[in-house]
Amino acid sequence: MNYACRVGDVPLGEGRAVTLCDRRIALFRTPNGWYALDAACPHRGGPLADGIVSDRTVICPLHERRFDLATGAALTSNDDDVASHDVEVRGDRVYVAIAGRARGAA
Amino acid sequence: MSAGIVIVGGGIAGQAVCEEVRRRDAQIPITLVCAEPTAPYDRVRLSEILVSGEDPQTLRLRPSEWYDDHDVELLVGRTVTWVDMERRVLGLDDAEELAYGQLVLATGSQPLMPPIPGIDLEGVHPFRGPGDCEAIRSAAAGGAEHAAVIGGGLLGLEAARGIAAQGCAVTVVHLVDRLMERQLDAGASALLQPALAGLDIDVELERSTQQIIGPQRAHGLRFTTGEELAADLVVVSIGIRPEVSLARAMGIVCDRGVIVDDAMRTSVPGVLAVGECAQHRGIVYGLVTPIYDQARVAAATLLEQDAAYVGSVMSAKLKVAGIDLVCAGEAVGDHEAVVTDASSGVYRKLAVRDGRVIGTVLLGDTRGAESLVAAVRAGEPVSDPLKTLSEASLAGPADLPDTAQICDCNGVCKGALVEAVTDGGCATPREVMAVTRAGTGCGSCKPAVVEIVAAAAGGLSDEPAYLCPCRKQTREQLAARIREDGLESVSDVAAACGTGRDCGACKPALAYLVSEIWANSHREERDARFINDRVHANIQRDGTFSVVPRMYGGVTTPDELRRIADVADKYHVPLVKVTGGQRLDLLGVRKQDLPEIWRDLGMRSGHAYSKAVRTVKTCVGTDFCRYGIGDSIRLGVEMEKLWEGLHTPHKVKSGVSGCPRNCAEATVKDIGCVAVEGGWQVRAGGAAGGNVREGDIIATVKTRAEALRVATTFLQYYRENAEYKERTYDFIPRIGLEKVREVVLGAETGAALRERLRIAKAATRDPWLERDDPYHPRQFSDLDDPPPGAGGPELVGPPAGGQR
Repeated sequence: MNYACRVGDVPLGEGRAVTLCDRRIALFRTPNGWYALDAACPHRGGPLADGIVSDRTVICPLHERRFDLATGAALTSNDDDVASHDVEVRGDRVYVAIAGRARGAA
Repeated sequence: MSAGIVIVGGGIAGQAVCEEVRRRDAQIPITLVCAEPTAPYDRVRLSEILVSGEDPQTLRLRPSEWYDDHDVELLVGRTVTWVDMERRVLGLDDAEELAYGQLVLATGSQPLMPPIPGIDLEGVHPFRGPGDCEAIRSAAAGGAEHAAVIGGGLLGLEAARGIAAQGCAVTVVHLVDRLMERQLDAGASALLQPALAGLDIDVELERSTQQIIGPQRAHGLRFTTGEELAADLVVVSIGIRPEVSLARAMGIVCDRGVIVDDAMRTSVPGVLAVGECAQHRGIVYGLVTPIYDQARVAAATLLEQDAAYVGSVMSAKLKVAGIDLVCAGEAVGDHEAVVTDASSGVYRKLAVRDGRVIGTVLLGDTRGAESLVAAVRAGEPVSDPLKTLSEASLAGPADLPDTAQICDCNGVCKGALVEAVTDGGCATPREVMAVTRAGTGCGSCKPAVVEIVAAAAGGLSDEPAYLCPCRKQTREQLAARIREDGLESVSDVAAACGTGRDCGACKPALAYLVSEIWANSHREERDARFINDRVHANIQRDGTFSVVPRMYGGVTTPDELRRIADVADKYHVPLVKVTGGQRLDLLGVRKQDLPEIWRDLGMRSGHAYSKAVRTVKTCVGTDFCRYGIGDSIRLGVEMEKLWEGLHTPHKVKSGVSGCPRNCAEATVKDIGCVAVEGGWQVRAGGAAGGNVREGDIIATVKTRAEALRVATTFLQYYRENAEYKERTYDFIPRIGLEKVREVVLGAETGAALRERLRIAKAATRDPWLERDDPYHPRQFSDLDDPPPGAGGPELVGPPAGGQR
């Protein structure tokens, strides 16, 4: 588990990017809990942390590609999925377990 | 047949056979083998991608789920290497074997490349697949000086248009003495050439290319006359060669294509061929319409039903923006009616043989194309072709026969659309389009589809425009709920109605709605806003932002210019650009630098990133211009100051011109004022983007103050009544100009609108002030940037055990 930030560092309903283990990660704080995905949209590299978040999904700000927050599955068009990572909150601190490899075009 | 159907080839033909079989039989196993690495896509629309640069994925004929939902096994990036016709088994390139009951060859074609020296040089491309498209586009957009397209057929001209759209000079060289000679007669060809010249496409006819000049990269073409044409990008589009190598290897009888009978059967039992690889009665069809006809017959044959293919009437539409061209059948008959107007580039022709319609060519004016093409297909008898031609231009889609093809991309006839309404239970154009696929290709037939569905459904053509499609709620329904229940924020609305929770796409629309209803005294929730409205700058393709400071009416000062220059230096801004709206744009700014840049600029936000009142572009007007008759700068500045900071359903670009010469292009703005002798014209609903529309005149008034009042009243009417993302040029036609005038110019209604605008405006605040008053400490920073004003090291934080 890698320390990412304090709970208050991410506004509720938004995402922020952070580099952990040399990997750019987008961390999301939603009313249903925390989620982490690789930061770059597989379509054109858009910053997913800047996307609009709903209960279950995030929309890339560049071309509106949509991904499932929990699994990273691409929900629009035929894009590759984005890798998802487990998040754990301990007290005021947020930790991310970086998944092995980008899942890409499985 | 227990082993099912295997279709080889994932083009339009393979997909069409697949769909036609499945429509008739839900059980029979189908496998579709695609050699290309993607599921079937619409190759016909490749030229659009060349123009727009959109993702080729948007050309997908069906989403991935379709194949699961319809029990079709889809194998992509796999080729068939051998077929054992005795055992009815085939082998794939990864050594997998597949048993088949019946086999359909839909292997399509390859681009024909002439065997001339230099054809394999760098910079020479066929125009066939998404890869070619990408290569041509990036060369044309990225520094090629002059492109040559060899071949002036349909596809060659579309390729040339795509190249010209990238700003690259392009010449089409064609072997014979007229363009599109297979579809057009000399008269239409002669008019097509100037139309292309208007799109910056040069044409050279009777040019036979002998060689492409190298040595490594293409540098030009050498013709048989010895003359040369400089070209560092060469696109070859001279025709197709049916892909028959698998068929030949199987010992199937082939000529140019795989020879098929009227049931689409080849010489080998259990094997059919469809599409560009097939040759029927001596003809290889290279256009899309016949493919659908063939696919229907093939599907019937596969399922042991009777059907016969007797050939197709060729028809084609040139998909080149700015040129309307439809042709069908033969261009020359024994009797012809022609209406032509060379000055406006119109050519309309009906060709007749033995008293029956055999062809039509419509250039520049394609009204009535559906009915004329239907007449060609049916070979209708005609006694007075000139009358038929002129009557066709008056007929609407509702007058067409059921056999008239409406959607050429997907081969859907009017009858199928009507049936979807009368028997299929569809009530709206959207439902009909989903079921029939009509209008889902290039989209050019959508207006006709809407009209036909409206007529079939008894005039009921409006379907609600859902603000939240997930929960099927319209703007009106949500607005009523927001008012009645006093919902002050997006999360209140989400809790009450569930909108904004499923896909989140409607959150910005809801954010606008609550802000408009409560006149900017709503509870702002930034997570509902698009990133641009969270950080008050416009996100760019690389994740950086652009900054446009407010310059009322496009007027600035030496002091402002100095500060802008200093900021550009200090923050290493990669690009400073004058915008179309007369502003200065600083592009490539890092998000975390935004607050400091705004502080250094000391200017207000130009709202260039938002659905809001953008710029008011002005001409010099009466201050200096010799011709000015109205003080356009002053009116422009007044408008901009009065409206600044107001959000709108979609962006609002405005302009004010000081005389009818209209240098500020006010007639094509969302809101535009033009000084005329004795007063001001106030216009709205103009457009000069993808569509061009002249703004409607809302009123002509005597004074500048009145012009400001009418324009302001219209703005508020639009703010309150437009759908989210509906521009003024769609809003006014939807509401109707008369209705708009009635409300905007009415004394009471107008005053009430202006009062509500005044209240909303009073609650606005320059968003760039958030530089000193952020809504969150990390409004502008990611987790490893230090937030402005806060200490650094704590934020990166020590790992608290358990690290792996």
